[in-house]
Amino acid sequence: MALLEVDGLSKRFGGVRAVHGVSFRVEKGAVKGVIGPNGAGKTTLFDLLSGFRAPDEGAVRLRGRRIDGRAPHEIAALGLSRTFQNLKLFSHMTVLENVMVGRHTRSRGGFLSGMLSLPGARRQERRIEAAALEAMDFLGISALAGSAAGSLSYGQQRGVELARALAAEPELLLLDEPAAGLNMRETADLARLIGRIRGRGTTVLIVEHDMSLVMGTCDEVVVLCFGEKIADAAPQVVQRDPDVVRVYLGE
Amino acid sequence: MTLELFFQYLVAGLTYGSIYAVVAIGFNIIYNATGVINFAQGEFVMLGGMIAVSLHRFAPLPVAIAGAVAATAAVGALVELTCVRWLTRPSVLRLIVITIGVAILLREAALFAWGEGVRSLPYFTGDEVTALSFHGVSVSPQALWVLGTTALTVALLAFFFGHTMLGREMRACAANRDAAALCGIPTRNLVTLAFVLSAAIGALAGCVVSPITYTSYAIGGALAIKGFTVAILGGLGNGAGAVAAGLLLGMLESLSVSVLPTAYKDVVTLTILLAILFVRPSGLFGGREASRI
Amino acid sequence: MRGRRHLQVVVLAAAVAGVQLATLAAGKGFFLTQLTMSAYATLVALGLSLLMGYAGQVSLGQAGFFAIGGYTSAVLTTLDLGGHRGRPLWAAAERLGLLAERPDLFGGATLSVAPWAAGVAAVLLGAAVAFSLGVPVLRLRGHYLAMATLAFGTIVSSIVVGTQAFGAADGISGVPPLVLAPGLRVGGGAADRVENYYLAWGLVALAMLLLSNLIHSRAGRALGAIHGAEDAAAAMGVDTGRMKQKTFVLAGVMATVAGVLLTHYNGGIGPSEASVMKSVRTVAVVAVGGMGSLWGTLAASAVLNFLSLRGYFGAYDDAVFGGILVAVMLFSPDGILRGDLGALASRLAARRKSPGEEA
Repeated sequence: MALLEVDGLSKRFGGVRAVHGVSFRVEKGAVKGVIGPNGAGKTTLFDLLSGFRAPDEGAVRLRGRRIDGRAPHEIAALGLSRTFQNLKLFSHMTVLENVMVGRHTRSRGGFLSGMLSLPGARRQERRIEAAALEAMDFLGISALAGSAAGSLSYGQQRGVELARALAAEPELLLLDEPAAGLNMRETADLARLIGRIRGRGTTVLIVEHDMSLVMGTCDEVVVLCFGEKIADAAPQVVQRDPDVVRVYLGE
Repeated sequence: MTLELFFQYLVAGLTYGSIYAVVAIGFNIIYNATGVINFAQGEFVMLGGMIAVSLHRFAPLPVAIAGAVAATAAVGALVELTCVRWLTRPSVLRLIVITIGVAILLREAALFAWGEGVRSLPYFTGDEVTALSFHGVSVSPQALWVLGTTALTVALLAFFFGHTMLGREMRACAANRDAAALCGIPTRNLVTLAFVLSAAIGALAGCVVSPITYTSYAIGGALAIKGFTVAILGGLGNGAGAVAAGLLLGMLESLSVSVLPTAYKDVVTLTILLAILFVRPSGLFGGREASRI
Repeated sequence: MRGRRHLQVVVLAAAVAGVQLATLAAGKGFFLTQLTMSAYATLVALGLSLLMGYAGQVSLGQAGFFAIGGYTSAVLTTLDLGGHRGRPLWAAAERLGLLAERPDLFGGATLSVAPWAAGVAAVLLGAAVAFSLGVPVLRLRGHYLAMATLAFGTIVSSIVVGTQAFGAADGISGVPPLVLAPGLRVGGGAADRVENYYLAWGLVALAMLLLSNLIHSRAGRALGAIHGAEDAAAAMGVDTGRMKQKTFVLAGVMATVAGVLLTHYNGGIGPSEASVMKSVRTVAVVAVGGMGSLWGTLAASAVLNFLSLRGYFGAYDDAVFGGILVAVMLFSPDGILRGDLGALASRLAARRKSPGEEA
């Protein structure tokens, strides 16, 4: 059983078939990429996997359990974490607080324990903070802990969003165009980072435009075009696939 | 209930309903242009009536009404210029609160200027007891004025938005502000125009209905809520929907008086509003997905 | 961190005592009445501040909850149940302390619901209404949410003004004091002024402590996340719908409690307490103080409500609040009083902070 199983996923918006009959698997410990020209359905696919949209047809299984149609927070609790293409940080909160929110699924306590500040809740707060600092350390952004998230540079904000997603210690991490807006050096750093994330045992699914990143880090690549899957193989194989070449370079 | 009585309620309902429809159309115009719900819409109706009454003391009725409409339109422009125009990408929360504040200020200004008293314009034709009789149903000529004025307003607006350059530009602005701006459309001025238009039609409605319902400084709030209910019921931004919904709500409200104490008339409308918001925020006739705004 | 928060509350307590002593010295003991009423208004504002500043939801219905609390309490404690005396069910209720005697208009005694029981019933009702209202209302956003809460507030207002059982335009009077403990009660006359003042502001201090704790907890962070980027909060596992609903209920319950207590303090309640204008004033106060800034809201509420109740704004009372609302929202949407009372206190607490603890 693969960690993530996508079977016949379909979603339409009015007359437009954003995703149509897409199926693939992501094995545990793998790094898998999803590429395709603009409008191919990549973002919709991510929204379907993470619960922000419900599919019209098909199923998504995480460790054998169906997650399609579930609410995002339920899917997060089951071990899936994601970043967003246009960063969604909590800009008025500090970096540390942002990353601590990432620990939400690994902690407990609601309004009552919060208001009464019970000893158990306080101990948990320290644990949450420690885990958040650890995630920030992993990404090398510990120095930014006290800064307001909204005041950082774009690259730094990307780091925060990644730390937040990692703080949840997810089984499956969805990265939505993590290299967008990064220069060549930063992209190379990102590639190394993804390798380190894999080294920690996290499975990664990346949507990306940047070919060098995808070809360099992914074990397998899924190619989408107009919502349909046209290839699903190792990078070198996909690169030589005539259908893929045609889609990217024209006839 | 006898048939005559039913028709009596119907006429009353249509009369009030058409006023609600006009308020709703005013909401829609501003909403389409800016995405803002102008909580002060009801105050424009109030101002129209109040200013007309004051002007009528030394000017003939048509002049007084025209003056009131112009003055209220100017107020609408002023509100837009001082409170909306220069804000850069304000949040929805901020705009809501601002228009609420503006509504209160306009109301308090009216209280200061005119006191608490209730006033009204004279009947346009005839007086309180004149009644035209259709098959046993008495209809006041003023009710016909209200219906006629509303119909004319709706027709003129439909023509404006459908067949004039300016109207089309406003629709473009509503559909996609940035694209419209890129086409050289002066979006900021069109927003001001939206406020001016909404204020003007609200004022006209206020004038034409004041002989029947009287006017005082405090009528704006209830009108705004009812107008909003109608706008939502008809689908926010949908002009034809507003008309249909307005007439429907007017009739429902009117008929409810026959089963519930009059004190609860407002509660009926409000409950309808809550019901729509909870069950189908996009209203009877579709429109945008309200909960995703 | 916690030390700093506790210090802030201590400073508040000192300020409260200081003000009381000042009024004593200046011979203005009667100020305490308006100050006490301001305290209850502050409870309403604090709940709204949490809702607007953290859950990011605007509610124009706080006065509606206040009225539910006040009117339920008032109606139950002014009921005339004397006729049921002796009947088994009522006798049992009386023994349980649910019913109490109170003097009636003619010097005799009759039976009504005991104030504490009425208060509990009122709070439960308020919570139930907030809970059921919260579910659909919070699926809406922006204008729709504001309008829904406005509709709720107006419905409550219309009902209390239009129903004879609620006293219609005159409201309900003759509400007995609420006895909390021997010698400690909410209500009474000038003799109990000082006691009521400390009681009210003590409650505010308690609320500040609990809400501060909440904000700095896991749940508070989740709320801030919802306000910051709701989708991202959901993606991180925050059940945004439930959290918003809980915040709405908390704000509603705080307003309900304030309504109950103020009604007992004043000995009655009128339809103006339920008016939409009251809700708007609460929004104005929260806007001035900075949404989500508890201390800012407290300061703004204490000052503005006191001045308003003392009549300093004269006939322009509503206009002042409307003007404040517009001015703050146009020029300073984060609030004027965003600063912390605790900024001062934190410098003191800094010495006791352990390394690595966040400021």
